[in-house]
Amino acid sequence: MDITRRRLLVLLPAAAVAWKFVLAGTPEAAPNYKLTEHWWGMLIDIPKCIGCGSCVRACAEENDVPEGYYRTWIERYHVTDWKIERPEVESPDGGKQGFPPHADDGGKNFFVPKLCNHCAESPCTQVCPVGATFVTPDGVVLVDKSYCLGCRYCVQACPYGCRFINPKTKTAEKCSLCYHRITKGLTTACCEVCPTGARQLADLKNPKDPIHEFLKAHTVQVLKPHMATGAKVFYNGMDGSVR
Amino acid sequence: MQIPVEGFMYPNEVELQWSILIVLYPFITGLVAGAFILASLERVFRVQAVKPTYRLALLTALAFLLVAPLPLQLHLGHPERSLEMYLTPHRSSAMAMFGFVYLWYLMGVLLLEIWLDYRREIVELSQTTSGWKRGIYRILTLGSHNVSERSLRIDERLGYFITLIGIPSAFLLHGYVGFIFGSIKANPWWSSPLMPIVFVFSAMVSGISAVMLLYMLSSRLRGQQIDMRCLDTIARYLLYTFIIDFSLEMLDLLQRIYEADESFRSLDFMVHTRLWTSQVIIQILLGTVTPIALLALTQLLKLDDMSRKRIYGLAGCLTMMGIFAMRWNVVIGGQLFSKSFLGYTTYKMAFATREGLLTAIALLILPFIILWVLVKLLPPWPESASLPGSGVVPAHGSS
Amino acid sequence: MSNITASCDIHHRFREAYLVSKYIAQFGAQIRAEGIGAENPDLFKDIEHLIRLAVVIAVALVAFVLLRAAVVPHSFGQYGHYRGAAISEIASRPVALAGHATCEGCHTDIVDQKKLGKHVVVACEACHGALAKHADDPASVQPKKLDTAVVCSRCHEANSAKPKDFPQVATADHSGGIACDTCHQPHRPKIEAAKIETEGKK
Repeated sequence: MDITRRRLLVLLPAAAVAWKFVLAGTPEAAPNYKLTEHWWGMLIDIPKCIGCGSCVRACAEENDVPEGYYRTWIERYHVTDWKIERPEVESPDGGKQGFPPHADDGGKNFFVPKLCNHCAESPCTQVCPVGATFVTPDGVVLVDKSYCLGCRYCVQACPYGCRFINPKTKTAEKCSLCYHRITKGLTTACCEVCPTGARQLADLKNPKDPIHEFLKAHTVQVLKPHMATGAKVFYNGMDGSVR
Repeated sequence: MQIPVEGFMYPNEVELQWSILIVLYPFITGLVAGAFILASLERVFRVQAVKPTYRLALLTALAFLLVAPLPLQLHLGHPERSLEMYLTPHRSSAMAMFGFVYLWYLMGVLLLEIWLDYRREIVELSQTTSGWKRGIYRILTLGSHNVSERSLRIDERLGYFITLIGIPSAFLLHGYVGFIFGSIKANPWWSSPLMPIVFVFSAMVSGISAVMLLYMLSSRLRGQQIDMRCLDTIARYLLYTFIIDFSLEMLDLLQRIYEADESFRSLDFMVHTRLWTSQVIIQILLGTVTPIALLALTQLLKLDDMSRKRIYGLAGCLTMMGIFAMRWNVVIGGQLFSKSFLGYTTYKMAFATREGLLTAIALLILPFIILWVLVKLLPPWPESASLPGSGVVPAHGSS
Repeated sequence: MSNITASCDIHHRFREAYLVSKYIAQFGAQIRAEGIGAENPDLFKDIEHLIRLAVVIAVALVAFVLLRAAVVPHSFGQYGHYRGAAISEIASRPVALAGHATCEGCHTDIVDQKKLGKHVVVACEACHGALAKHADDPASVQPKKLDTAVVCSRCHEANSAKPKDFPQVATADHSGGIACDTCHQPHRPKIEAAKIETEGKK
């Protein structure tokens, strides 16, 4: 994220407001946040991702993600020549500690960060038997862990593999788009720490959000468009081999 | 415990979500639906030959239906919250709606039909037995001791009507389980419009086979003569249903092989490696082709009673094994491959834990214990039905 | 499912149930006394068991409705088929990453250093970990000293999947494995520039 002086001047008051809540001790949702004014998504710029794993670590710290489970993770793709349908993919510990060194092997290599796509027509919320997972009016798919039965139907229904069952709470869990942060004017933990700006939070309902210009000027895709999930995580520069 | 992964799986996919308990569940509800369909053959379709097994089939269905929710409860992360499915069911969720289908089937169909069929005996037993058993029968009478001719005829008519509704209800019961899997577009091994239909027919196969085996076993244990006409008819219906079931499964397979879409290469590899034994050997060869061949043999050749009984017994056991393998291949198989189609994981089945093999075995034994209790409470045997001195037309179900 | 909230309270529901059952009992007694049609005085007797069954079912249904009114959370159905209160519960989770803006509020010297180099775009907590607790009460929570050999290599270890123009090295060839901050200042990593500016600053 480019930090210009102008942006700093804009960010500091927002940080001050956020800090007030951090210091408050008893955190509450930001009082001026209106659900109907936002429609959240994310932009992922694949050519910029360096696979450092900062996002995976920050997310794990921000959201108490248990070891061995991932709310977000990074995949490393190796595509040999024209074999687009058979890439070699790896994700050691979800990319949490970065990736082991790879010398140049003549193929095409790149990183793909993945997370919950916060689908507008999400198949996971469709199958939940009790209404424990849902799409909020501002477009974030959340899990109500005090209501979840732990039946695992939603985990089966997600085409992207972004859900898991938390072994401690025994309820379904996944990326919440750092809802507790974005409703306070902060960005998500993963976007906060990304050093190259490969991950950017986007408010699709905000006409001034840079994503609108970006979408117009670049070739973007969503994962598994044939599933028609209404995914709201947009990938710039995504190769056809990405699964 | 480290789970061996071949190729690439999304990091959260490595651990299987649904265990052997979820394999058990469709197996058990399948037996329920199948046993009920067999019972309805006599009641609605007037297949007189299978009358001796009518009540036994109903009690078998009940015993298994009572056990059916247990594997689900044991599997849930929060079983204490399971009532939420009835209090706030999510209408778009097949699982939630299934809770009501189950309840309807248990209360509105099975219990009601059994009650109506047995009511005369229940009233008699409430007057002739003593002790705690008498208490149970008295509760079951709901306080009414009227067993006049007309009341029994009304029961008969109502029972017929319920069986009539019960047949589509039984199809709905197990077809729904098929739909729970078949509607998941994220999983190409499950996602198919054929899934509910395949489930229903394999349910019928397993249910008919179970009642056939139970009839043979219980007759042997009680030293009673087996009604060969009944047994032959059941075996014939088993054969017909099996042929339809096998055709449907082969149709699905052939279409997949021919179309060879993106998922096919991954699934094909999985069947050839991880599912070879359970699918090709156990489910298809031993569990389907062999029983069909054996049953066809009894239709084509004139064999004596002993040989036929032996063949039915063998075919029945192989069938039960084959249908269980089918559930295993659907549930476990559907989770062994990655949704990226680039890798495979392994199912590490625990033994003595809440979702382990021991629990599964216990849950398979439990219905038979319940059945034994039911049989003691409400004897289904044709010869013990009409008690002396009642002086009324024997109710339907007794010979 | 319709929103049967507990705005209709339980007392009202009990009264309703009591009135309904009283009515059924009165109706039953009336039928008993009058019979259903003079020509079939025994019909009631012959379907009595079914009526009893119907009563049992009715009682069960009423019990279910009462249970539902008592147990279903009040905010359920507020925005959709879920507990509306869950949204604010999730939103009020405490924040673990303070954000670079917060760090820069106190650590202005580091900010000045970073501004002069490429690491101006790197968030503080990307290397230092989540530190909202430290921002909250600086004295009580001290950030851990970092092992640069680990921290730096996550971004800068050569990997063919990284963008070609991104600065990366094979550490074995580059430094032989010694700690990166032996030569580089992490907040302003370019060595030549740091040397020039260092006079009297460090």
